Amino acid sequence: MIDWSGYIGLILQGALVTIQLTIMGCALALAMAFIAGLGRLSHLAPVRWLATAYIEFFRGTSIFVQLFWAYFVLPIMGFDLSSLQAGVLALGLNVGAYGAEVVRGAVQSIGREQFEACVALNLSRFQTMRHVILPQALIVMLPTFCNNAIELLKATAIVSLISLSDMTFQAQVVRAQTGNTLVPFTTILILYFMMAMTISTAMRWLERRLARGLDGVRS
Amino acid sequence: MASPIIKIDAISKSFGALKVLDDLSMQVMPGEKLALIGPSGSGKTTILRILMTLERIDGGHIEIDGEQLYHMQKNGGELVPADERHLARMRRKIGMVFQLFNLFPHKSVLDNVTLAPMLTQKMPREAAEKRAMELLDMVGMADKAKNMPSQLSGGQKQRVAIARALALSPRIMLFDEVTSALDPELVEEVLNVMRRLAEETDMTMLLVTHEMGFAHDFADRVLFFDRGRIVEEGAPDDIFRNPKQERTQSFLRKIIAAGHRV
Repeated sequence: MIDWSGYIGLILQGALVTIQLTIMGCALALAMAFIAGLGRLSHLAPVRWLATAYIEFFRGTSIFVQLFWAYFVLPIMGFDLSSLQAGVLALGLNVGAYGAEVVRGAVQSIGREQFEACVALNLSRFQTMRHVILPQALIVMLPTFCNNAIELLKATAIVSLISLSDMTFQAQVVRAQTGNTLVPFTTILILYFMMAMTISTAMRWLERRLARGLDGVRS
Repeated sequence: MASPIIKIDAISKSFGALKVLDDLSMQVMPGEKLALIGPSGSGKTTILRILMTLERIDGGHIEIDGEQLYHMQKNGGELVPADERHLARMRRKIGMVFQLFNLFPHKSVLDNVTLAPMLTQKMPREAAEKRAMELLDMVGMADKAKNMPSQLSGGQKQRVAIARALALSPRIMLFDEVTSALDPELVEEVLNVMRRLAEETDMTMLLVTHEMGFAHDFADRVLFFDRGRIVEEGAPDDIFRNPKQERTQSFLRKIIAAGHRV
């Protein structure tokens, strides 16, 4: 008879790493999404090119390859990253590229008349974005951002391949030591699902809060 | 003799192959109330949009209050295209009210009015709100200050939009078909606000409208546009009762046939 409590504890330690990766990855992805998404709408052509190149590159190559590149190739070039740093970097940059297109699409979904009202009120481009466009666009972005965050959560499992002891890595350790697959993998199945549910519940709450009194803006 | 506050000199504007304004010149005196009428596509709305810098001109010059709108004078006196800073400075003299109100749906009525003064004039919140409440009171919307735009009728939205434009104290106000999107029974409440504005302020006002009766009462001068040119202009009585040009006559006949009163 196996004493599972120690092994479950191991998996829970992995869960903390997964949560940490998800939060840090999402933070980087969100920053990149806004930088590149707004960059694509810039008046300056070089900024647009740079943003487009970033988006196309990170959407067009596998996150698995990006992770290995960050962890094994960058050190050759003199950038030594810990496995956690490499994981956050690959996840954040990859999901951020998808998020950038969400930001761009949401900003473009706001009617031209809103921009024109801002010109007539003599707001600067920054003030227009900050006070008028983005608050409305954010509500359009949220459902897709929720998808992206859950995708990122599930993608964290690949960091086990660069031996970062996340939840999936720990489940494999438990499986190797006990020879049992059912218990560790059912446990992390449930844990992943609970984390994803937490994300979508939080996002729905945020969406409701932001949409208050805003009939006709949500499309 | 005062000098004109708006001086439009031989401007032209095309959208692709379509020539909307063709070598157009006109002048507006300070405090003058001008009505621009004419069939759709005649270029009257485009003039307002050009004055608000929502469209650029292809050629010609515009002077607002003695300063070039789209050009800046370099040190040698040579005119060069205006940069964004120059445009921003010029826009302070001009306000615009749109056909579809263009209120900010995520901001309350009060915040719609205070936003621009707080951001562009660095007005403190208390001062901006005090001024906003005065303006909302003037347009009869003070009791809805805390409401969101989605809770208002079209006429109420348009009155808020007028208050919002007035909050920046522009010297020139542009009204672009401000009652065209309203249900007929809501038109009058907006027109009443504009009548009061015309009586109580010395703002220069340019009005594009299909409300011929209102244009007649409101304007000092009426300009009839067709195909990007001014066909006829004059005092309201002359244009509406006694138009000289055949095109003006046929336009007014059609308008009356469509049930608009003059």
